[in-house]
Amino acid sequence: MFYREAGQFKSSYAADQQLFPIRQDRIGVLLLLAIAFLVVPFVAGEYWFSAILIPFLIFSLAALGLNLLTGYAGQLSLGSAAFMAVGAYAAYNFELRVDGLPILFSFALAGLTAAGVGILFGLPSLWIKGFYLAVATLAAQFFIVWCLTKFPWFSNHSSSGVISTQKVTLFGYAFTSPREKYLLVLTIVTVLALAAKNLVRSSTGRAWMAVRDMDVAASVIGIRLMPTKLLAFAVSSFYCGVAGALYAFCYLGSVEPDGFSLDLSFRVLFMIIIGGMGSILGSFLGAAFILLLPIFLDIALPWLAGALGLPFSNATVSHIQILLFGTLIMFFLIVEPHGLARLWQIAKEKLRLWPFPH
Amino acid sequence: MRFFLEVLISGLLSGVMYSLVALGFVLIYKASGVFNFAQGAMVYLAALSVVGCMEKGAPLWLAIPLALGIMTLFGIATEKFVLRKLVNQPPIALFMATIGLAFFIEGLAPMVFGSDPRALDLGIVDEPIEAILNRWGMVISRFDLVAAGIAALLVTVLALFFQYTRIGRALRAVADDHQAALSIGIPLQHIWAIVWGVAGFVALVAGMLWGARNGVQFALTFTALKALPVLIIGGFTSVPGAIVGGLIIGASEKLAEIYLPPLMESAFGGNFGGIEGWFPYVLALLFLLIRPEGLFGEKHIDRV
Repeated sequence: MFYREAGQFKSSYAADQQLFPIRQDRIGVLLLLAIAFLVVPFVAGEYWFSAILIPFLIFSLAALGLNLLTGYAGQLSLGSAAFMAVGAYAAYNFELRVDGLPILFSFALAGLTAAGVGILFGLPSLWIKGFYLAVATLAAQFFIVWCLTKFPWFSNHSSSGVISTQKVTLFGYAFTSPREKYLLVLTIVTVLALAAKNLVRSSTGRAWMAVRDMDVAASVIGIRLMPTKLLAFAVSSFYCGVAGALYAFCYLGSVEPDGFSLDLSFRVLFMIIIGGMGSILGSFLGAAFILLLPIFLDIALPWLAGALGLPFSNATVSHIQILLFGTLIMFFLIVEPHGLARLWQIAKEKLRLWPFPH
Repeated sequence: MRFFLEVLISGLLSGVMYSLVALGFVLIYKASGVFNFAQGAMVYLAALSVVGCMEKGAPLWLAIPLALGIMTLFGIATEKFVLRKLVNQPPIALFMATIGLAFFIEGLAPMVFGSDPRALDLGIVDEPIEAILNRWGMVISRFDLVAAGIAALLVTVLALFFQYTRIGRALRAVADDHQAALSIGIPLQHIWAIVWGVAGFVALVAGMLWGARNGVQFALTFTALKALPVLIIGGFTSVPGAIVGGLIIGASEKLAEIYLPPLMESAFGGNFGGIEGWFPYVLALLFLLIRPEGLFGEKHIDRV
């Protein structure tokens, strides 16, 4: 009843091919964007911007990048944090070495640099796959972080590779407050998410999915594996690179190579497992879940301990967090391998028939 | 030349320690096709349970069987509650489930046994063997030699077990083809429980040796990351491959650590220590260029 597509006739190809073919989806997305752009900036406080909303958007973007590679093209990568690091350091260096480069250009160039590095480390995917490839992407993870630490040029000769990012200015306007940074990040993420949504339903996206489902069969029906796989690595690394640049410039302000560790890669991977592999929406849901869970536990566990009269140390809280992460991953893989996005889909099916289920 | 030999031998001996961890991966992969990322966490859990039992007052000879019991129970529980529910899922899903399992262990083990680093004393001293030092002037650690001996023994026993016992034959049958094995009456679930038990045993041996060497601490989980390039070089399905791969990685890593940084420093300037973090991976990638299925891996033929 609330989600019926009956009666929505398409009388032109343009109408049939639009990004959100169902009217309710269109209204929903527009409403969401309107709230995010027009309502949230006036309602949310400083803490919300800098501790929840900005990291949520940035991690959504990183998860989106990994989802394109792993969820759509089926190439498991354990090195997404390294590509984020490339993006962060590339943006820093472009700002540092090119005078007066608008920040958006820096971000775009950072993404392109990460894409180049991604292609380089995606090359092994041409002759290996599955677990061997997953291990090969670990090479990228360790090698890139080591390079950024050891070659002082990348961090402009600062000690142990720490960089403090420059001011975020665009055409003379400085983004200083968390609210302004939030709007900048939101704009970039919205544009890139819509682009990704568009990309995965194009012939490129369909080729990725064919490769994911069975690459030999895909090559038999005439999909050229090399460009397809490398493009997946390039686009995914571009998204991760931009996310990394935003992570450094708009969220932390100062980063070191060791911050982009294997742990971060795993966190991004967990986001897409829990959110849903092969789903744009899933990347956002997963990022929200993985980010909010520790905050929730930080508040809930001491309260629970107080209620039960148990002594809880901070170490125990962090152990319980790790344990819960692990349990949730296994739980989701067993119960709902398609993640939160699939739950949303089921909910939509229900809404369509409600209140008359037959 | 003497220095070179010394580095080479100590590299080979530490390579045996990598093989030990890699062996756990190979066992499970061979029998169930699961790439068990949690092997490193299992090494940590095994070492922690030995130390934990000893802290509760058990002597070493009692702590080891207790830890083995914990590992076996844990393996069986994993099979029952996680893997059996994921039958028929794509291998990547199983792999990610084992990443979840690794996190589960990394959270649970320190909660039960405490997280501060502790020493584990096996009664083997880590000092150079005098006879070799006097005769050839080379420093070879007694501990490394004993560890290598234990690893060699373990591999031999496992190889014999796989080759000549009834269970070993069943394991190989399951590894070859799940369905065919089931149809001739091999109880698949028992076999998997046994494999996880054996992998737990290997993790226990590795955990005790690594723990005695570097202390029982969270860093033990990173032994898994050391073992992955070994697997790539040796192939995921081969026990001898794990050994040879371990030797190659151990030796080349130590040699590279000694000889590469000075070269790079003369080329670029600066300090280039710590290349052992990535060098094995790059080496493994180069091996993959030549043999995509590892040195001893089975050639995989794709069919549509």
